[in-house]
Amino acid sequence: MASTPLESLRDAYARTLISLGEEDPRLVVVDADLSSSTRTILFQERFPERFFNTGISEQNLMGMAAGLALCDRTVFASTFAVFATGRAWDQVRQSICYNQANVKIVATHGGITVGEDGATHQSNEDVALMRVLPNMRVIVPSDSRQTEEVIRTVHKERGPFYVRLSREEFPVIHESGYRFALGRYELLKEGRDTLVLATGKEVSEALTAARELEKIGKSVAVADCATVKPLDEEFLLSAASRYPRIVVAEEHQKAGGFASAVAEFLSERHPVQIGRIGLENVFGVSGKSSQLMAHYGLDSKGIYDYLQKFLG
Amino acid sequence: MISETSYNSATLEALREKARVIRVKALKEIACAQSGHPGGSLSCADILAALFFFKMRLNREDPHWEGRDLFVLSKGHGAPALYAVLSELGFVPEEDLCQLRQLGSNLQGHPDRNKTLGVDASTGSLGQGLSMAVGMALSLRLDRSDRRVYVVLGDGEMQEGQVWEALLKAGNSGLDNLTVIVDANGLQLDNRVEAINDLSPLRAKGDAFKWETQEIDGHDMESILKALEKCDQRNGKPHMIVARTVKGKGVSFMENQVKFHGKAPSSEQLEKALQELSADR
Repeated sequence: MASTPLESLRDAYARTLISLGEEDPRLVVVDADLSSSTRTILFQERFPERFFNTGISEQNLMGMAAGLALCDRTVFASTFAVFATGRAWDQVRQSICYNQANVKIVATHGGITVGEDGATHQSNEDVALMRVLPNMRVIVPSDSRQTEEVIRTVHKERGPFYVRLSREEFPVIHESGYRFALGRYELLKEGRDTLVLATGKEVSEALTAARELEKIGKSVAVADCATVKPLDEEFLLSAASRYPRIVVAEEHQKAGGFASAVAEFLSERHPVQIGRIGLENVFGVSGKSSQLMAHYGLDSKGIYDYLQKFLG
Repeated sequence: MISETSYNSATLEALREKARVIRVKALKEIACAQSGHPGGSLSCADILAALFFFKMRLNREDPHWEGRDLFVLSKGHGAPALYAVLSELGFVPEEDLCQLRQLGSNLQGHPDRNKTLGVDASTGSLGQGLSMAVGMALSLRLDRSDRRVYVVLGDGEMQEGQVWEALLKAGNSGLDNLTVIVDANGLQLDNRVEAINDLSPLRAKGDAFKWETQEIDGHDMESILKALEKCDQRNGKPHMIVARTVKGKGVSFMENQVKFHGKAPSSEQLEKALQELSADR
């Protein structure tokens, strides 16, 4: 993957927002004093009257987003993942989800790759917090091209969404002209021995690991599973009938996130052994993003080692 | 200037009668359910009567009418009073009222916009309604619409931090199409608001947050109407009316009683309450 270009998901988000803002005069954006980080500032520069900055008040951010949406607007609400989902969880639950308000929470700075800011700003529980909410759908994109498509999709679909983006630039793994399908997983690499179901950054890391494993005769398939909710049940059932053992990789706690969602579903419908790559019930620490990915075994080397052991 | 002819003694009398009917219906609902919040439903009855039957622009033929003013009952536990209003408007069938809080009912314990016709925002978790109303007011302003947003907040509810986030933002945004009426009945679930976490001076806090504030007797119909008419002024500030009310107003043994915050009346208590309320007629 060394030669693969890196691109910012946040910039892809802002670019797409501006393009959608041209098409849809009812689209508005709210942010809570992080617009230069979430990049919604670019939307503000273009459409100042349709941008609202609540200041440092995420609960009010989510409530205002709901109110704007109840007046027949499509609302994008952005802040860091840890604040969007933790600080304002009850507002997301009641003001947005219970009301079925047409709000798209697009949070940046998800996961451990927040880096130097440390545990207080690293969001490793957000997917768990969002996916249990009725009416909420959850998407964790894997690159900039997918992000653009995801933003267009959530704009078109009515109702609440949570989209988790990263501070990091991610390798571009999708071709230009790529089309995202909500709730459909993409098999990016074939493999006989096992399948890695990955979200976000872990998609490119798992691909690198799987390619390296080919060199030692291990054949590992990799799927991009951006839609954490709703699950692609058809894909999972077909995978479970093909592979007796499956691995889920995500930049999140092992508990409660995508791995849990897959395990909940397959344990009822088609039990298979499920290995989980993620954080083991710990808070993160400060460090460079790449160091942290290695430290917690989330980089391609960590996934490679895990799979080697898993396959025996 | 406020028009001298916007209401007369007949208007006031009709609104007082509406408030009485709201109280009667709310208590009957709660008695049917043997569950619900009588105290806070009775304290906001006069305010709701003034809003829904005098001030707000509504279309009785079309609850979803695009020109309507919007209403958020941020103190969602006042739902029985709101349902009584909606039944008087014809949005909720009379016979549904006794289904309050029952399985399968459209009348949930707290207002649900997806289940009850005429409810503009689902509320219940205290402190969230004003933020939604701020979003609505911003949206209407963006549309250059003259529609307005009205919110009823509880005073105890104002202990929630989110309320102050929203007050701050609304003041700084100059949302003069937004009116908040604080149903300041002075009691919360455990005790007097003053004893638990005092909010006074409430009006001064509103002033400091750049709101246009008034303080009135929340059971004096003429004062309520005057105050609401004053809120029609578009002077770059949101409007706050601190309405001093009595929790359980209209039923002697419920008035100022903490225990009737969330306790349904027995059948004997209901009978006595209805007698008192009909004696008011």
